[in-house]
Amino acid sequence: MPTQTILITLIALLIFSYFIGHKRSIAVSSLDKGRRNLHSRPHYYGYMVAIWAGIPALLILMLWSAFNSSIVTSLTVSGLPETIQAESKDTLGLIINEVKNLAVSGQIAEETDAVKRDAAYHYQRLQSISTLAKTVVVFVAALLGMLFAWRLINPELRARNKVETVVRWSMIVCASIAILTTVGIVFSVLFESIRFFESVPPSDFLFGTKWSPQTSIRTDQVGSSGSFGAIPLFVGTLLISAIALIIAVPLGLMSAIYLSEYSSRRVRSFAKPTLEILAGIPTVVYGFFAALTVAPFLRDLGESVGLSVASESALAAGVVMGIMIIPFVSSLSDDVISAVPQAMRDGSYGMGATKSETIRQVVIPAALPGIVGGVLLAASRAIGETMIVVMAAGLSAKLTVNPLEAVTTVTVQIVTLLTGDQEFDSPKTLAAFALGLGLFVITLLLNFVALHIIRKYREQYE
Amino acid sequence: MSNSNSTEIIRAGLKKRYAREKRFRLFGIASLMISFAFLLVLLFTIVSKGWPAFQQTYVKLDIVLDETVLKVNNKSDEDALFSANYQKVVRESLNKMFPGVKGRKQKRDLKNIVSNSAAYTIRDDVLENPDLLGTKQTYWFLAKDDIDVFMKGKIDRDLPEDERRLKDYQFEWIDKLIEEDRLEKRFNTVLFTNGDSREPEQAGMKGAIMGSLFTMLVTLMLSFPIAVAAAAYLEEFAPQNNKWVDIIEININNLAAVPSIVFGLLGLAVYINYFGVPRSTPLIGGLVLTLMTLPTIIIASRAAIKSVPPSIKEAAIGLGASRIQTLFQHTLPLAMPGILTGTIIGMAQALGETAPLLMIGMIAFVAEVPTGVLDPSTVMPVQIYLWSDSPERAFTERTSAAIMVLLGFLVAMNLIAIMLRKKFERRW
Amino acid sequence: MTDVINTMPGMPRAVPLESETPKPAVDAITGEKHRSEFDVEINGTVGKPLVDNAKMSSRNCDVFYGDKQAIFGVDLDIGNNEIIAMIGPSGCGKSTFLRVLNRMNDTISICRVTGEHTLDGEDIYGKKTDPVLLRARVGMVFQKPNPFPKSIYDNVAYGARLHGLASNRSELDDLVEASLIKAGLFKEVKDDLQKPGTGLSGGQQQRLCIARAIAVDPEVILMDEPTSALDPIATATIEELMDELRSNYTIAIVTHSMQQAARVSQRTAYFHMGKLVEVNDTDKVFTNPEHQLTENYITGRFG
Repeated sequence: MPTQTILITLIALLIFSYFIGHKRSIAVSSLDKGRRNLHSRPHYYGYMVAIWAGIPALLILMLWSAFNSSIVTSLTVSGLPETIQAESKDTLGLIINEVKNLAVSGQIAEETDAVKRDAAYHYQRLQSISTLAKTVVVFVAALLGMLFAWRLINPELRARNKVETVVRWSMIVCASIAILTTVGIVFSVLFESIRFFESVPPSDFLFGTKWSPQTSIRTDQVGSSGSFGAIPLFVGTLLISAIALIIAVPLGLMSAIYLSEYSSRRVRSFAKPTLEILAGIPTVVYGFFAALTVAPFLRDLGESVGLSVASESALAAGVVMGIMIIPFVSSLSDDVISAVPQAMRDGSYGMGATKSETIRQVVIPAALPGIVGGVLLAASRAIGETMIVVMAAGLSAKLTVNPLEAVTTVTVQIVTLLTGDQEFDSPKTLAAFALGLGLFVITLLLNFVALHIIRKYREQYE
Repeated sequence: MSNSNSTEIIRAGLKKRYAREKRFRLFGIASLMISFAFLLVLLFTIVSKGWPAFQQTYVKLDIVLDETVLKVNNKSDEDALFSANYQKVVRESLNKMFPGVKGRKQKRDLKNIVSNSAAYTIRDDVLENPDLLGTKQTYWFLAKDDIDVFMKGKIDRDLPEDERRLKDYQFEWIDKLIEEDRLEKRFNTVLFTNGDSREPEQAGMKGAIMGSLFTMLVTLMLSFPIAVAAAAYLEEFAPQNNKWVDIIEININNLAAVPSIVFGLLGLAVYINYFGVPRSTPLIGGLVLTLMTLPTIIIASRAAIKSVPPSIKEAAIGLGASRIQTLFQHTLPLAMPGILTGTIIGMAQALGETAPLLMIGMIAFVAEVPTGVLDPSTVMPVQIYLWSDSPERAFTERTSAAIMVLLGFLVAMNLIAIMLRKKFERRW
Repeated sequence: MTDVINTMPGMPRAVPLESETPKPAVDAITGEKHRSEFDVEINGTVGKPLVDNAKMSSRNCDVFYGDKQAIFGVDLDIGNNEIIAMIGPSGCGKSTFLRVLNRMNDTISICRVTGEHTLDGEDIYGKKTDPVLLRARVGMVFQKPNPFPKSIYDNVAYGARLHGLASNRSELDDLVEASLIKAGLFKEVKDDLQKPGTGLSGGQQQRLCIARAIAVDPEVILMDEPTSALDPIATATIEELMDELRSNYTIAIVTHSMQQAARVSQRTAYFHMGKLVEVNDTDKVFTNPEHQLTENYITGRFG
């Protein structure tokens, strides 16, 4: 049975379990002065039976599905002749892939290579055994659980408490998914990065100034090593992010100041949501806008004043990215400016300061830590932004800080390395994970510092 | 120091200070205006580029369904009907209309007035009604993208011949077709009924829309219950000053700011390579987007749950309800509008997300419209990215149109969220 | 209430609106009228609201917050170099009236002030009058000490720098020192001038705010419950300071404490539900009040 069918059948079984639990609880109880002598309301007994039937079965189903593919693959590998098993990892991976494709295509008989044909049959057999075993085990578990819980039911059984314990634990599990996600991110980028650093020394990656991730098809090929110096990527990322912040910070901050200190309520109620629209536009749209409108415009503008602007200039990507984070900066600034107590403004007005004097000399200095925190968050957002740079920035890893030239960024390279035809184990694809690790660490640090600053700032005025 | 003295000093400086005040205020207005201008230019560019794509040029041809040309002897032979060369009757019809076209290139160009989907149109028609064989039929076919681009005024006739896509002889053909009322622009239904295609005039976004739908379905079914459970736990049950709870909170806040592409790496390394989830499917897309939207929904749900006044919970507990019963019977129903608003906003974010989906293979070219969560598919933003990368002029137009459709969905979702908030806004 | 306003978009923040709006005469829950002494009619002001040597004067002062009227037809003079105390139950309008005198109510968009108000005979709500200049001449000290997040020196120098009152650094140094001496704070902080003003104790912070106010050389100082957030010792220091300041400045002080009013002021004005009930020499008000409401208040029957 395919997984979907198992799931649907299982759900039907759970509904059935609920009803028999409900029914039995009424059957085992007796009416005492118009009240049932049950500890809990009957439906809790139904829930309890359904939980006993469902949770173990679902757990088994999940784990089985999760580990099925890796176990079946390794069994298929061990079934291969020893000479093939002794091949290098890459070749072995290729062979396994071919075998799998063969098994799925259903045209095994037409394969000429006897070893592969046998392996494909073996793989198919293993798969069907696994599926059958999975179906049997899941349903046996469900039925056993159901029976067990059903037999437990008696009037003294505290079904509500048991159900609530399960509910509470599942809530804890749900809340902990956040931690699991972080752990998953760390492990996925860390393990692949470690494998990357086995073939490329970390110092080359961190301090190398040349990035050309070519790996060879043959080992004797010229330039087979490829160079993985990440400096140009990080410089390019910082350049574009810096341009974005130069655009977004003054515009966002001044917009926030105008909206919170000057504008009338009506203007504010219209302008704030309008500004937020900028934040709701998908990044792929900004990327398209940058590549199709802004970049050619800047190039023509440069031409008309005698400057040569690359058609994939850092400037175009940076400007558009700046537009994207304007609402981000402005709403964060709005929050921190609002947190400055009115008493402080009153103190300044009371001495005869004008509005702008009060804002510049009292409100902004008071809000400065919060604003800095907001800018750090915006910087982290800019550094991690992908689509705008993929579509509008270049691929050439040139080490330059000239905004008119084309540069590439960490995110662009991750996308480029992972969207082509990929063998998973080559340094080329592994390099993407090393870049991802760098990206994750940098943004994590920025977020951590920024959130810390903002929290401290809030506490100050509470 | 005398009062009148300082009053004079202050009075003297006032003019300058008010000028500065005015300047500062102007800076504020200017910043706001510049931001609005950016928004307007962006929307204007997209709409003006994408608007024409909602129309498509059709060309009228008279087709003689000649059995000998089609080499079909028996009308009831479905295989023969299916594999007959309908391209040929289209070509003959064109040849008849424009006799005397010579040279391989010109002949090919002549054939390329009509999209190659014309043959399939005829085939489907004939399969449905084999009696059409031997008759003469009038068809409106999709015109090829170059003709369409010209009809929308995007090719300048006055350019030198070698600098434009269409040559002089092609213009003669087009002029003749226009004269005979054989070219017409109609509403572009293809955009909504077809999957992706390499031919711009046949490319539609139904596949991407369905892909997005399935992906969002997976995301919603996973993220909503998990996020609500997590938020309820953190707001109502989590012990104070507990290390584990602190770690959870820090993690949620940080995950909200992790670059989306990193989630794509997680999906690739863990879901695909470790657990063997099939790539390019709505299932894997939904799994990745779930992790991304969880923080958004959790944060919104917590705020909604927090805003339910404790007095209501205390009343329920005072009547003998357990804390779980209070949660499900009182707190969650009252917090639901806020939770739903947060969920819609989270889903809107997920709908526009592109980068992580590139990592997990949703960038593949898929012509078929997916029918389930395990079919290979793409999603709207990725379709936009793919089309924007295509060199054909007609794809630029379609990219903008696809953006308009995507923005339409996002606007609708946000409007629903706003209405929900307005309708159920409650002051305690 | 204040919280609701804070969260409403487009509203100025943290306006002490509640304490300024008059209590309704009808109980919101029972619908009954409040009885006994609350029902005494107020027909104009008794006592001596007007004086000969008025520094500031108000006639027919009405103040509205949106649709709600907070002050009803107040006539009051503030004499030169006197300390006038304004007392009354919370929400009686005394603080609102104080804020009329230096147009601080301008910063609240829904607030509207009518009537004639003059400083040295000049209309302070006139078209020609500049609120910036007015506020420099009529300084203000607030209920809660509100030093800026700057050094002690910069706090005191703030107004002088704004208004360009010192032409060079040494003049500014002298001004800061003189202001701190006048505010009785110099001895305590003379070695810590570059430390943040927010690090001082509450009483010191309030004296810093007074120093900051007198550094711009005002003619009138308005004090809005300046000691309500302070302990008795700090309060005593500030009261002594006010007595010293009287020779150079005219002071109007809003206070909750009748003892404080009796100790520091020459005249006392009693406000009730937005109306000015009685104004007289302080001794007279506290020993022999003319109006029933005043007597009820100072004898502690409500407040």
